[in-house]
Amino acid sequence: MIRDITLGQYYPEHSRIHRLDPRLKIIVTLVYIVSLFLVKDFIGYGIVLVTVGIITAISKVPLKFMLRGLKPIVLIIVFTFTLNMLMTQGTILWEWGFLKITKEGLYNAVFMALRLVFLIIGSSLLTLTTKPIKLTDGIESLLKPFKRFGMPTHELAMMMTIALRFIPTLLEETDKIMKAQQARGADFETGSILRRAKALVPLLVPLFVGAFRIAQELAMAMESRCYRGGEGRTKLNALKFRGRDALAIVFTAIYMAAIMAERIFI
Amino acid sequence: MNFVKDDKMIRIEDLVFEYGWDEEEAAAPVNAVDHVSLEVERGSFTAVIGRNGSGKSTLAKNINALLLPASGRVIVDGFDTLDDAALWEIRQRVGMVFQNPDNQLVSAVVEDDVAFGPENLGVAPDEIRERIRFSLTAVDMYAHRKMAPHLLSGGQKQRVAIAGVIAMKPEIIIFDEPTAMLDPEGRAEVMGIIERLHEENITVVLITHFMEETLNSDRIVIMDRGRIAMEGTPAEIFSRTAEIEALDLKLPFAVELTARLKERGIDIPAGLITERALSEHLLTLWKGNETSDLCPSE
Ligand SMILES: Nc1ncnc2c1ncn2[C@@H]1O[C@H](COP(=O)(O)OP(=O)(O)OP(=O)(O)O)[C@@H](O)[C@H]1O
Ligand SMILES: [Mg+2]
Repeated sequence: MIRDITLGQYYPEHSRIHRLDPRLKIIVTLVYIVSLFLVKDFIGYGIVLVTVGIITAISKVPLKFMLRGLKPIVLIIVFTFTLNMLMTQGTILWEWGFLKITKEGLYNAVFMALRLVFLIIGSSLLTLTTKPIKLTDGIESLLKPFKRFGMPTHELAMMMTIALRFIPTLLEETDKIMKAQQARGADFETGSILRRAKALVPLLVPLFVGAFRIAQELAMAMESRCYRGGEGRTKLNALKFRGRDALAIVFTAIYMAAIMAERIFI
Repeated sequence: MNFVKDDKMIRIEDLVFEYGWDEEEAAAPVNAVDHVSLEVERGSFTAVIGRNGSGKSTLAKNINALLLPASGRVIVDGFDTLDDAALWEIRQRVGMVFQNPDNQLVSAVVEDDVAFGPENLGVAPDEIRERIRFSLTAVDMYAHRKMAPHLLSGGQKQRVAIAGVIAMKPEIIIFDEPTAMLDPEGRAEVMGIIERLHEENITVVLITHFMEETLNSDRIVIMDRGRIAMEGTPAEIFSRTAEIEALDLKLPFAVELTARLKERGIDIPAGLITERALSEHLLTLWKGNETSDLCPSE
């Protein structure tokens, strides 16, 4: 059952968006996030909506997958919405005891909720259209300038690569240990939270021991294969900036210009 | 870096290795490898056996400088493992395949994993691509190059691990119980690949617990308590059955059968150590003498 958990939410497809340079996609996503904070009215969100809609269509990721990313944060959205609605001063629409809903509050609440929704949808687009490995490569490459200031960029990227590789292995291991203990009468599914948490201890101990053993063996295997850090290392799939990436930059620029213009002139 | 042209692929001279003090059990350091001397010919196939804890893995790790001798020397293709400057020359020459296929694959995609070694060596991307092609083809896994390792069978994972080593163009490959965690099918696949590599002139050192896997080797080395207890061709080694049993090791099936048949007074020439050779001999015996006591009269 545990093996059904899929990592991240990459949606395999061969769209133009999928094939963009991951570095560019990360930067564009950051630019997009900034743009959301520049929007000051619903016309601005109109521009965002149209843009995100077009990108989604090009990426061929079904809408269902896009919205799935929102599920974990529904609670946060509802919370922000309620807080904004009740806490803003202004023309009162409705009042009950100390609770009051104002016109400005309602406006703010919708505005903030939309910002959150667009934030999540935008970053989901990044992870849905970029393989985790590519994302790792992209982050490593973008962080390269910080290497000069002592940031272990290669090591961070290698850590992410190994984590991606071993998550399924560790899940398998967890499953195995759980089954072994259930066979001997352990019960992970009933009882109070405290009881269930206690039942997890004998699960975590072997898991940690196992993880350390894996780490030790893997380190040995990596050393055997001449691993010696990032120095002098080549890459099979070096990131390459192509024509379609330049096109994406132009589109991003146009989008940003539209957002700014809307903010200033309308 | 000192390099002395050497006709032997591996030359181990009076190697001692200790893991440090074992405080509870002994008052003195225990030598995991204890005064071992061994020479391995170019292109040969050496099988190493011995009971658990006899120092086989420790010996192997001393060959590719994962561990360094406390005293004595290990020379690989003319390079001394104690010479810091020779470290990468040695590791590139000596590939290692470990027991657990899961814990030696680094990347979440098969071809990226095979690329790991060449990337570390600084090989150009086009050349890496070529190496991925030939090494995955050599282990029959090219069709799976885009897959995630955790979706493969144990035998397939081990083949990918072997491909990752082949891609570094090693002279020697040390296999440390590569089949211990595999089912019979996976075991046969991996053994097939090992023999093919040997035919292609790669020096093979195979550590194993399965006697059957040692029968096609050029030489068997039996370790016991950090020392070499016996050494010789498979035929020589398996003619000394009493000594082998004294070392807690099982005999290959054919050797065991020969011994039992001898107890019953059936004479079988020495050196029939593979099941195939023995069964062929028994067949001719039986054809030549239908009424022999091979078939009990009851
Ligand atoms: N990392 C370590 N730290 C301390 N002692 C160790 C370590 N690894 C092995 N030893 C000890 O060194 C001795 C030789 O171990 P080694 O792993 O080389 O044996 P082996 O022949 O490979 O055994 P197996 O067949 O179980 O793999 C053993 O007594 C073992 O307990
Ligand atoms: Mg061992």
